[in-house]
Amino acid sequence: MSEDRIVPSKDFTNAPLCLSGRHVTKVFGFGDKKTIAVNDVSFDFHEGEFVSIVGESGSGKTTLSKILLGLLNHTEGEILFQGQPRDISTGKKRNAYWKGIQAIFQDPFSSYNSFHKIDSVLLDCINMRGGKNLPMEKKVEMMTEACSFVNLKFAELTNKYPFELSGGQMQRLMIARIFLLKPKILLADEPTSMVDACSRATILDMLLQLRDEIGMTIIFITHDIGLAYYISDTVYIMEHGKFVEYGKADEVILNPKAAYTKRLISDVPKIHEEWDLSTVELATE
Amino acid sequence: MGKVILEVKNLKTKYVTRFGENVYAVDGVSFKIEEGKSLGIAGESGCGKSTLALSLMGYYFPPLHYMSGDIIIDGKNISGMNPDEVRKTILGTEIAYIPQAAMNALNPTQKIIRFIEDVVHAHDPKADKKVIREIAEKRFAELGLPAKVLDQHAVELSGGMKQRTVIAVSTILNPKVLIADEPSSALDVTSQKMVIKMMRELMDKGYIKAMVFITHELPLLYNVTDDIMVMYAGQIVERGTAKEMVFDPTHPYSHGLMGSILVPEEGTRGHKLTAIPGTPPNLKHPPDGCRFADRCKYAAPECRYYTIPEKEFGDNRMYRCLKSLDELKEVYDHE
Repeated sequence: MSEDRIVPSKDFTNAPLCLSGRHVTKVFGFGDKKTIAVNDVSFDFHEGEFVSIVGESGSGKTTLSKILLGLLNHTEGEILFQGQPRDISTGKKRNAYWKGIQAIFQDPFSSYNSFHKIDSVLLDCINMRGGKNLPMEKKVEMMTEACSFVNLKFAELTNKYPFELSGGQMQRLMIARIFLLKPKILLADEPTSMVDACSRATILDMLLQLRDEIGMTIIFITHDIGLAYYISDTVYIMEHGKFVEYGKADEVILNPKAAYTKRLISDVPKIHEEWDLSTVELATE
Repeated sequence: MGKVILEVKNLKTKYVTRFGENVYAVDGVSFKIEEGKSLGIAGESGCGKSTLALSLMGYYFPPLHYMSGDIIIDGKNISGMNPDEVRKTILGTEIAYIPQAAMNALNPTQKIIRFIEDVVHAHDPKADKKVIREIAEKRFAELGLPAKVLDQHAVELSGGMKQRTVIAVSTILNPKVLIADEPSSALDVTSQKMVIKMMRELMDKGYIKAMVFITHELPLLYNVTDDIMVMYAGQIVERGTAKEMVFDPTHPYSHGLMGSILVPEEGTRGHKLTAIPGTPPNLKHPPDGCRFADRCKYAAPECRYYTIPEKEFGDNRMYRCLKSLDELKEVYDHE
């Protein structure tokens, strides 16, 4: 992590826009069985901003992230990529869009093709980004650099298959992929929920480094409000498909306005305040 | 000093792999829990936390093997007992275990009441179903679970509800010790709080006398348990009360762990997260000397040669490091 990390959240209101949404809605099903997963949300993500989207399970975080990635079509509304309406109607356009946005998912074990060696995972990234005709030595050099960025040794990884790595190592290798691809936006969907507290710190450090060194916009989706507070500049709190509160991390977490945010914060165990167990009722019907 | 409910003396267990190699996952663990107290076990993945939990049950089946040491529950030594005997006389009545994915263990074709009947019948095959239902209804009401759950199937319940049901079912015979291995890590914050509240209730009402709680979420451990032990590579590296461990850790490993705490409180953004580089050692060939030496910032050459003793200090605290308390304090202050 860079030492000069500014502790109060930075102000990004004047930074150029990277990804924004206007009245984005996603409805699953129809008629009586209709579920509104994302309900009329608008947002502006700026260049170099670290955004967290926080919500409990079922709040629509993952649906929104799939819409942002272009894996799901939204029912209504508009998504703007770098100020222009996003067009992913054809495969070619979609590929072009994916040069700008990449993702890390929750489960590193299912993010890899288990039949491909790790070298080929990283080689693919180089080939995809116009490095196809580079000499092999150059490619190895690039892969070694990417691996050392995430504290892995490339020499130890060659000729290994993904299942030979631990969860934390696989997740770090995902970040090495991102380092090679250098997209404008990185969408991280709960990348730390399957690793322990110790590897979590390492992964968060790397994400911050990506933001500080490459100027990537990072959209971090999580249910852990403490983590969101530590890492992000801007926090969006999501409940039942709507943003109930958003703003700078300091303001939202230390001075929450919405009842839902207050409840989320009070439900997390803390170390300087007593954890008040009386706020939950063991349901009696 | 209260009555000691669970006492573990120098427990050693191992896994034997397909190729006949031994993995020494729990290597000389000793501790005591008094009546009404709870003990938290923290550590990274791969440190042997879950293996310790399995070993405490005394219910060994391959690849896990018992090597040596004693597990004494309320004066009764259960180590080295035959697994069948353990299942009939110990599990459920003396000790109950909630595994990591407990809520996935419920058979989807059975009603919840059947699991309770199973538990009771394992110990008393002639127990009357009506009596069992009465006991179950009473217990569920006390723990705030709706009585209709008894006649529902597991698929009808939410994740948090399933987890609470599993805890209620496994403690129906009032075991003395409850071992909970990450009981809330798959739940969201509100359900987690409910699970914790319920476990607290079980303790307060005296249905369980002592609890071992395993998790890597330190803020949770701090709020739930009285004492915390930090485990590394099959050994206990530090022990103390929750407050001492969080605010004044001694061992370099616990110091690193406590630095990775993230809470939504003022000051979290200011402090720098400490990440411990590297991975735990391979326990097939545990290193000589200090097992943490390879990852320790303060390791000296002699750390790798001496067997590190457990050093007791203060009020029932213990740490396992070659350096003295003053030396450690100095290096931390220096940072």
